[in-house]
Amino acid sequence: MKILSEDRTRLLFEKLTKYIGVNVKLLIDRPDGTYCFREKKDRVYYISERLLQLAHTVKPDHLISAGTCFGKFTKTNKFRLHITALTYIAPYAPYKLWVKPSSEQQFLYGHHVIKSGLGRITENTPKNQGVVILTMSDIPIGFGVTSRSTTDCRHADPLATIAFHQADIGEYIRSEDTLV
Amino acid sequence: MDLVNEILEREQQKADKYKPITVEKHLDVEFDIGTLVAFDTNDLDSKLMKSEKDRDSYLESLTRDNTQLLLNKIWELSTERIDEAIVVRLPQPTTVMPRAKPVPKPKPLTKWQEFAKAKGITKTKKSKLEWDEQLQKWVPLYGFKKAAAEKEKNWLIPVPQNLDPMTDMYEKKASEKSEKVAKNELQRLKNIARARKVKIPRVGIPITSDKASSTQLATATSVAKASTASLGKFQDKLPKEKDARGKGVHELIPGKERKRKLPVPTPAAEKENNLSIIDRILKKRPKIDMEKAVSKHIHEEQVQRSEEKRSMKPMKGKPKGKGNATNFSAKKPKGGRGQRNPNKKNPGRKRR
Repeated sequence: MKILSEDRTRLLFEKLTKYIGVNVKLLIDRPDGTYCFREKKDRVYYISERLLQLAHTVKPDHLISAGTCFGKFTKTNKFRLHITALTYIAPYAPYKLWVKPSSEQQFLYGHHVIKSGLGRITENTPKNQGVVILTMSDIPIGFGVTSRSTTDCRHADPLATIAFHQADIGEYIRSEDTLV
Repeated sequence: MDLVNEILEREQQKADKYKPITVEKHLDVEFDIGTLVAFDTNDLDSKLMKSEKDRDSYLESLTRDNTQLLLNKIWELSTERIDEAIVVRLPQPTTVMPRAKPVPKPKPLTKWQEFAKAKGITKTKKSKLEWDEQLQKWVPLYGFKKAAAEKEKNWLIPVPQNLDPMTDMYEKKASEKSEKVAKNELQRLKNIARARKVKIPRVGIPITSDKASSTQLATATSVAKASTASLGKFQDKLPKEKDARGKGVHELIPGKERKRKLPVPTPAAEKENNLSIIDRILKKRPKIDMEKAVSKHIHEEQVQRSEEKRSMKPMKGKPKGKGNATNFSAKKPKGGRGQRNPNKKNPGRKRR
């Protein structure tokens, strides 16, 4: 568990602000304890200071993961958010997108959200904005990036992609071995 | 008779001088003729061993007896006569002798040998002579008479079309050959260095090929930029420039020693640091997002229009003044469906 370099910290926060905007501060500035980001094998973990101290007692070779995996740095040094971060991102996300029950499964299999599957969307969502995707019963099921703004959505044809798939909870099964 | 007695006496004396060749033993002595070794497993006479006087003579006689037995055993083998000397061919030794020196370590494999082993490539033996169709004779693979054959074969080398017609193909060939030799020599030295675990300095960015790869160029720019007195601190950056990355790049760039581990700050300091980074990121975002502003504007317009539509709907049934003829305008009649702006002042009837 090593500390993230300044460069990587910046990349991480830039990605997080795409989804939760100014609420990133709330992840760091918590009243219930100090939380920090740590890196292990290019994967970034969100971990409380208390847990981190306990994790230090484990030999680094034997430690697989500690805390919550937020994502990983690719070989080209880009940060990719994992679905495991959803529990921390979903409550803070200002922009949300609800999918109809009929296209929930489509999304959970890793497909983009198309207009016909769009149930609701936050007003004034700009283009290329990171959004949390929820079911109509307000259960977060993944992340996406909008390909059209809310206003453009109105005029889009039913098969047009509204949000690009980034991560979904189906990955817990699909890519079980590569997630953490 | 005297003579006979004399001879007999002499023989007796001779016999007394030599001990008999047969030796009695309690337990049979074990032999390893191959290494000329006999193992006597009989007990030593402890009484004789303890006495100062007789110990040496006892051991001496014991050694003689055992040696006698060993020689008896050797004489049992088939003998040969080579150059007036009787010799014996010893069988294979059965005793395993420990080495005086450690077993020599196997020679470290060269890089190619390692690769070939991993890939399962085996060396195929090439014949020393090869039939040359062009010369119609046997030409050696290398060495004596090879160069002469080459010279005879390449009396004329055509210049390929993609090359400058004035190129000296012989010179080119020679330089290619010398380059190959140099490369081989370098690899040989590298193999030696690797085997002896000597650290060799990096050669730097290869400039041999005329087409450098993008990574090589990126490394070259990074190195060049950092090669100032201030280690490139005040060098401008291109808009999308990235630092060179990869294995061994850090060692090339002056003043950029790779740090193994960052010092871990205190939790409070780390939090402070993270918050400042977040602030910087949030500040960097443009105040006015054009995309957002445009979409917001479109949205407002749409809302306004829909509201208007709603408010206009009850007007549909209202009588339209003097009728179609008087309501003449430049625009195409829209049948009461056109957008009407109550704020807009009507400039009056247009006359033609």
